[in-house]
Amino acid sequence: MNFNEIQELIKLVNKSNLTEFKLKDKDFEILIRTEKYHKGAQQNVVSGHQMMPSFQQPLSSPAAVNQPIQKADESSVTAAPEAPKGKNVVEIKSPIVGTFYRSSGADKPAFAKVGDQVKQGDVVCIIEAMKLFNEIESDISGTIVKVLVEDASPVEYDQVLFLVEQ
Amino acid sequence: MFNKILIANRGEIALRIIRTCKEMGIKTVAIYSKADAESLHVRFADEAVCIGPPASSESYLNIPRIMAAVEITNSDAIHPGYGFLSENANFADICRQSGVKFIGPTSEMINKMGDKVTAKETMIKAGVPVIPGSEGLLKDVKQGIKIANQIGYPVILKATAGGGGKGMRIVTRDEEFENSWDSARKEAKASFANDGIYIEKYVEEPRHIEFQIIGDQHGNVIHLSERDCSIQRRHQKLVEESPSPFMTPELREKMGDAAVKAGKCINYEGVGTIEFLVDKYRNFFFMEMNTRIQVEHPVTEEVIDHDLIKEQIKVAAGHEVSGKNYYPSMHAMECRINAEDVFNGFRPSPGKITSFHSPKGHGVRVDTHVYAGYTVPPYYDSMIAKLICRAQTREECIKKMQRALDEFVIEGIKTTVPFHKALMKNEAFKSGDFNTGFMNTFNIDDCIE
Repeated sequence: MNFNEIQELIKLVNKSNLTEFKLKDKDFEILIRTEKYHKGAQQNVVSGHQMMPSFQQPLSSPAAVNQPIQKADESSVTAAPEAPKGKNVVEIKSPIVGTFYRSSGADKPAFAKVGDQVKQGDVVCIIEAMKLFNEIESDISGTIVKVLVEDASPVEYDQVLFLVEQ
Repeated sequence: MFNKILIANRGEIALRIIRTCKEMGIKTVAIYSKADAESLHVRFADEAVCIGPPASSESYLNIPRIMAAVEITNSDAIHPGYGFLSENANFADICRQSGVKFIGPTSEMINKMGDKVTAKETMIKAGVPVIPGSEGLLKDVKQGIKIANQIGYPVILKATAGGGGKGMRIVTRDEEFENSWDSARKEAKASFANDGIYIEKYVEEPRHIEFQIIGDQHGNVIHLSERDCSIQRRHQKLVEESPSPFMTPELREKMGDAAVKAGKCINYEGVGTIEFLVDKYRNFFFMEMNTRIQVEHPVTEEVIDHDLIKEQIKVAAGHEVSGKNYYPSMHAMECRINAEDVFNGFRPSPGKITSFHSPKGHGVRVDTHVYAGYTVPPYYDSMIAKLICRAQTREECIKKMQRALDEFVIEGIKTTVPFHKALMKNEAFKSGDFNTGFMNTFNIDDCIE
């Protein structure tokens, strides 16, 4: 598999209801675990051919390459080893569409860094839409374990911004 | 020409617009609610932005979220499709203020035609024949009964902000008036937040024949002939065809002229449809104007052989229309396939499509966003596919449609395919002799599984 195909595969798995996907092809093997896996969601095992819709989505689709809304690390292969095992990790998701900023200004410190403790109601980031700067508050308390979006990048509704360990 | 178009819609029309944009070399942005994450328009757009939860009010009808998506993707134009915000003058205005081209008419044009009473007044000024009725909204029952007796029963009460058949009541005599008045106002208030009612003569057993027009930004308006949409259930169209089996060359000239006049008098920009009612004597009356691309636009595309979405985008970018009118060179029909159970009052049947095979072959076109494994969500309208056939004659078109319907396999949900199969075998339909009262005479038991 080339990089584009792997990228497409990750997107496809993430959009499905699967918690875990394993593919073995001769010497090549890939294991993808999604956020749902870490939440311990009960999912039925489905056989590979049922997962895809009946049309063939070419895995090296050129359309995939220019996606500006990159869901960085959302369900990548690195998610499995980095997340703490056996702990309760919850997501903070974007409630709106806009541009994500980690601080209130270029020279200001980030609202929430990895390792920071946040309380319910603390501002964790700013999302700007149409010149309006919305302060996004955390609805949970815990420790930030991962920041999933780069500063000044576009985010969509329900996009995962932070992982918080409770 | 535009660099990037954001499609503010979903389902088959979003995919339809994406296809034409790709052919024109224009980049596409899909917006979607959480319920549509698996939808085809999301897959095939160059970029996709999730804008909200399933409810339309939080997604496809939510102007701030849509404008935020325009902003982060740097789109320079918005295509509103049909339904949703396509005839929302406020949205058209916001686009203009934000420097994004709304692919459609201006807010002034939408307002002029969106309010049924104002539209009628405008048509009277333009010299387009209209249905006799009240001049403006009705004040009260007393005035209503007076006008009803002037123009003659039967009459129909209609909501000025209405659409989709809501807020309408037929009244046949004075004694029924007050109840119908109350009930129409209640329904109008609930559906459109506007209980304004006007009254018209009820044209008995009329045919619904509409004309497609296109206007450019330079004052030119042309027409692309008619579509007959008389087969309706509760004012929802089921089947459309072009040319109308009731049309004559003389009538087409007269109606086409009237349609162009209607477009010109408001300086119309974009694609639009003038809907007429035609009585059995071939008198025609303006009913309303739809200031957007319509569901049944493929019927016209198939008989004049041009891409209407492409023409729509071209006039939005400032191109001029050709200056001549277009006439059907063959016969085409469209069956709207809805996720509805025809044997149980056409009730909606959302759910997972387990098996899907759409018909193909010469003269068969299917516009759809669904596929095997797709779950039809319960939050939006029930149309899942449009089956369009075209042939040299109406008779061959019907035979082709019969074949195509027999080949259409959709399992896991109920659809209106059985209804269309029965319709294509119905003698009145085959003869071409039908009007908007047709479904009252149609026997649901004729539906073929």
